[in-house]
Amino acid sequence: MTAYLSWPDPKFEPHEALAPDGTLLEDDEIDIGTLEQIYKTMLCARRFDERLLKLQRQGALGTFAPIKGQEAAQIGAAACLREDDWLVPSFRETGAALWRGADMADLLVTLAGWNAGNDLPEGARTLPDTVPVASQLPIAAGIAHAGRLRGEDAIVMACFGDGATSEGDFHEALNFAGVLEAPVVFLCQNNGWAISTPRARQTASQTLAQKAHAYGIPAAQVDGNDALAVMQVTQEAVALARDKGQPAMIEALTYRMEVHTTADDPTRYRDEGEVEEWQDRDPIERVRKLLVARSQLDDAMQEALEEEIRDRIDAAWKEAKDRISRLEETPGTAMFDHIFAEPTAPLRRQRKEFSDQEEAAND
Amino acid sequence: MATEILMPALSPTMEEGTLAKWLVKEGDTVASGDIMAEIETDKATMEFEAVDEGVIGKILIEEGTEGVKVNTPIAVLLEEGEDADAVPESKSEEAAPAAEEETPKEEDKAPARAADPVPSANVEPDYPEGTEMKTQTVREALRDAMAEEMRRDDSVFLMGEEVAEYQGAYKISQGMLDEFGGKRVIDTPITEHGFAGVAVGASFGGLRPIVEFMTFNFAMQAIDQIINSAAKTLYMSGGQMGAPMVFRGPNGAAARVGAQHSHDYAAWYAQVPGLKVVMPYSAADYKGLMKTAIRDPNPVIFLENEILYGRSGDVPDLEDFTIPFGKARIWREGDDVTIVSFGIGMQYALEAADKLAEEGISAEVVDLRTLRPIDYDTLLASVMKTNRCVTVEEGFPVASIGNHLSATIMEKAFDYLDAPVINCTGKDVPMPYAANLEKHALVTTDEVIEAVKQVTYR
Repeated sequence: MTAYLSWPDPKFEPHEALAPDGTLLEDDEIDIGTLEQIYKTMLCARRFDERLLKLQRQGALGTFAPIKGQEAAQIGAAACLREDDWLVPSFRETGAALWRGADMADLLVTLAGWNAGNDLPEGARTLPDTVPVASQLPIAAGIAHAGRLRGEDAIVMACFGDGATSEGDFHEALNFAGVLEAPVVFLCQNNGWAISTPRARQTASQTLAQKAHAYGIPAAQVDGNDALAVMQVTQEAVALARDKGQPAMIEALTYRMEVHTTADDPTRYRDEGEVEEWQDRDPIERVRKLLVARSQLDDAMQEALEEEIRDRIDAAWKEAKDRISRLEETPGTAMFDHIFAEPTAPLRRQRKEFSDQEEAAND
Repeated sequence: MATEILMPALSPTMEEGTLAKWLVKEGDTVASGDIMAEIETDKATMEFEAVDEGVIGKILIEEGTEGVKVNTPIAVLLEEGEDADAVPESKSEEAAPAAEEETPKEEDKAPARAADPVPSANVEPDYPEGTEMKTQTVREALRDAMAEEMRRDDSVFLMGEEVAEYQGAYKISQGMLDEFGGKRVIDTPITEHGFAGVAVGASFGGLRPIVEFMTFNFAMQAIDQIINSAAKTLYMSGGQMGAPMVFRGPNGAAARVGAQHSHDYAAWYAQVPGLKVVMPYSAADYKGLMKTAIRDPNPVIFLENEILYGRSGDVPDLEDFTIPFGKARIWREGDDVTIVSFGIGMQYALEAADKLAEEGISAEVVDLRTLRPIDYDTLLASVMKTNRCVTVEEGFPVASIGNHLSATIMEKAFDYLDAPVINCTGKDVPMPYAANLEKHALVTTDEVIEAVKQVTYR
C-alpha cells in the first residue's frame, strides 16, 4: 500500500429496481401507465431496429448503429424529459428519438442516404445525430447555459457511450457544466464495447461514473437494462438540473447486443457466449413480465401490439420509399441550399454555373 | 411477379464480395427475415436475409464465387405458383456494364458556357462623404464594435480566456466586464475545444456568442467544433439550426513568438463552406466588419493581427457603422498593376505602391477585407484594367489565398493578362524563432516591389 498516495475509492452500487424475472426488488410505488408507454416504445424500437438491419442487408439503407439491448437505458431516461427539454444524441439513440416522437419514415429517409430526412421540424429540441465521438457534449453544455441565460428552466440530456469518455470533449464538457452550473444530464450508455475495444481497455478507472466526481458533479451507476431503475435515477438527476442548475452524470450499464454499426462484424473480436449471457437480461422482456403480472398485458394484447407495430413500420417504409422516389427527382442545385442563412454572391454564382451546365448537358 | 435478388451492399464502401454460402436452394420458400446466404466482404462475414416472401426460382451465382459486384442479380424470387422461367422484373440497371454508356458527343465535352458578364468594381463608399471621423486604435475600434452590439442585442455575449477580469490578453475587452457583468463577459477554463463547443451550443440555443481565442494558433484545439459543428449544422439540419456566432482573435505572425504562435490560418478557414471569413486591415474596417460579423446569422471567423492592434486610423464617428461582407476596398487607384491583399499583407502592398509610384509605376491596391465571400468582381475589374496582378499575404505559399485568386483570374480574365500573376507569400517554413530568420520568412515590401517589376517587365 502507499503511505501518501490515496487510491480512487468509487463507492458505486448500480441501482436496480426490477429483477430480470420482472419482480420488483423493492416495494416501490410505480407508475404502471408510464411503464406501459415505455414498454410499447421499447418494443417498437426493437422491431424497427430489426427492420432497419434487414433493409440495410438488402442494400436499401446505408450504415447505421443498431440499438438492440439499449432500449431501457435510453428510453427510460428520455421518458423523464419534458417536451421543451433538449435531447442531444450521439448516433445510437433511435429509441430515445422514437420516444420523443421522431417519425420513422424520416429516419428511414435519412438512413437511405437523403439529407431531407434529417431536416429538423421548426422548434425541434432533439438535435440531429453527431458522428464525431463526444463533440456533442460541449455543445450540450452550451445549450444548457444559453437556456439559463435566457431564463428558461428547460434542461439538456446529452447521450454518449463508454468510448466517448476517453475523448477530451467529454472532460471539457463536464468541467464546463460544473463551472457554469449548466443543467445537463450526461447519460452514458456503457454498452461494454467501443467497436472492438472492451470497456476494460478504455480506461483504468473502475467506473465511468467516478470521472464526474473529479469535476464536482454528482453521478450514479444504474442497471441500464432496467427501465424502472433508469427512470428513478434520471428523475433525480433531471430534478437537480432543473431546480438547482446542477449537472449530473448517469452511467447506465448495458450491453450492445448487435454490431457496432452495420459495417462491423463483432464475431471477430467478441465471444458470442457473452452476448448469450446478456440475452437473459433483456430489457424488454423484464418489463413485459412485470406488466403481465401488474397490468392487463396478456398474449392477445401482446400479439395485437406486435401487429400494430409491424403495420406502423410497414407504413413508414412505404411512405419512405415513396418520398425517396420523389427525392430522386431533386434538382442538383439543392446541394447549394442551407450553406448560409442567406446565400453569398459567390455561392449564387456557383449555383447558376452549375444549373447552366446542367441545362447545356440536357439540350 | 418474379423479382431479382441483388448482391447487397453491406457497407457504403463495398463494391464486391464473396458469395460464401447459400442457405437456401432452388424451390425453397422464404419468408421475410429468413437467412438466405452468407456474404463475405474484406471487413466481415454477414448473413443476408430475405425481405420479401416467395420461392427461390433460380440461383444465378453459385456459392464460393468471389468478386461478385454489388447489385448483380444473384437469384430470382418467384411468387407462389409462378413458373421458374418467369422473366424477372429487372432491378439491376445500375449494374449494367459501363461499356454500354454512350460515348459523349464531341460538343458535349466542353459545354458551351454563357459568357460571364463583365465584372464591375463595387465602389460604393462605406460611409457618406463628409462623415466626421475620429482617430482610434484597432484595439479600441474592436472593443467599441463589440460593446455597441452588446448594447443593441442582449443575446450577444463574449467568452474566452482572460476576457473578463484581465480585460483580455491583448486588452481588447477593456471595460467590458464592468459594463456588461460576468454573465455576458465570461472567463472560461483553459479549454479551447470546450468553450468553442459550449459557444456552438449557446448559438443553437438562441444566443449570439463571440468567442475570443487568445490566438488562432490555439483554435487548432477547437477545430472540430468550428468546422464540424459550427460550419455544417445548418446544412445538415435542412436550414433549421444555424450557429450565429463569431470566432475572433489574433492570427498570423506577431514578432518573435515562434512557430506555434505565428501561423496564418486565412487560407485554412477560407476553404470551408459554411464559414464566413474576415481579415481586416484598417481600424475603420475592424469596426464596421466586426459589427457585421456579430449580426451575421452564420459562423464568422474574424482574423485579427496582434501587430495591428496598436495601429491608429480614422474611424467614422457614426452611431451605427457597418460594412457589408464581400465588398473589397480600393485603397489607391492605378493603371499599371493590381496589388491585391488583405489583413496585415496590406501594409506591404501599400508601402510597395508608394515606392513604385516614385519610380513611375502606378499600382492599384485592392484590400479584399473578407475572404469568404470574396469580392471577385472588384478584383477582376481591376485586373482587366491593369492587365497585371500581384497577390500579397503572410501565409504559406501552398494552397494560399493568392493561389486561388490567380486561378480565378486565369479562368475569368485570361485574355486580359499581360503577365503571369505572381503570389507573394511567406516562405514555406515554420516560423523561425530567431529575429533575423523571422524577417526572412515573412513576405517583404521589397519582394512585392520585385514582383511588380517582373509583371510590368521593368
